[in-house]
Amino acid sequence: MQLARVIGTVVATEKTPNLEGVKFLIVQPLTKDLEPNGRPVVAADGVAMAGPDELVYIVGSREAAQAMPEPFVPVDHAIVGIVDEVALARVASSESRVEEGAQ
Amino acid sequence: MKIARVAGTVVSTISAPVFDGQRLLLCDYVDPSGEPTGDYVIAVDVVDAGAGETVLILDEGNGARQIMEMKVAPIRAVVVGVVDEVEMA
Repeated sequence: MQLARVIGTVVATEKTPNLEGVKFLIVQPLTKDLEPNGRPVVAADGVAMAGPDELVYIVGSREAAQAMPEPFVPVDHAIVGIVDEVALARVASSESRVEEGAQ
Repeated sequence: MKIARVAGTVVSTISAPVFDGQRLLLCDYVDPSGEPTGDYVIAVDVVDAGAGETVLILDEGNGARQIMEMKVAPIRAVVVGVVDEVEMA
C-alpha cells in the first residue's frame, strides 16, 4: 500500500454496469515524506468516507477490487484507509544500522 | 519476498475491515547490503517488528489473505519475518 492525498472526484454516468455505485476519487500518490510521487490516479473509494484533501492509503491491482462490496468489479486502484498519523522513527541515518550487541 | 527496514507506523482508525486492529508499518525497501532502494510500502505487521529493524515483506494478495485467514480482503503487503542476518555468497 502507498500513501496518497485525495485531490478531486470523478463522475462517470456512462460506465460498465458493474461499476454502478462505485465512488471515484482522484488521488495523488505520495512518498513517505508526503511529497507527490508519480502521476495522480483515479481510485475507487473502498471506505466510502474519504473527503477532499484527506491523507489516505491505497492498494493496487486485484486487491483494489477486493476493497469493494462486490469483489468482482473492474477497479485497479482503491482507497482502503484514511490516515490519522504517519509516525516515522528518527533513525539517525541509513549507515547507522541497528545491530544487537554492536559497538 | 523483499527485504525492508521499518521506518515508522501508520495510524488509521477508518479502514477496510482487514486492517482493523492491525499494526501498519511503513517500511523502506533495502537491497541485500541494506541500502534503501527509494521505494517504500505500508505493510500489516504480524511479527511485532520494531522501528529500525530489517524485515521480510510479502507483497502478494493470496499469501496475505492466507495469513489473515480472509477469503476476500484488499491486502497484499505483510511483514512476515524479522531478519537476523543477511549473508551474501
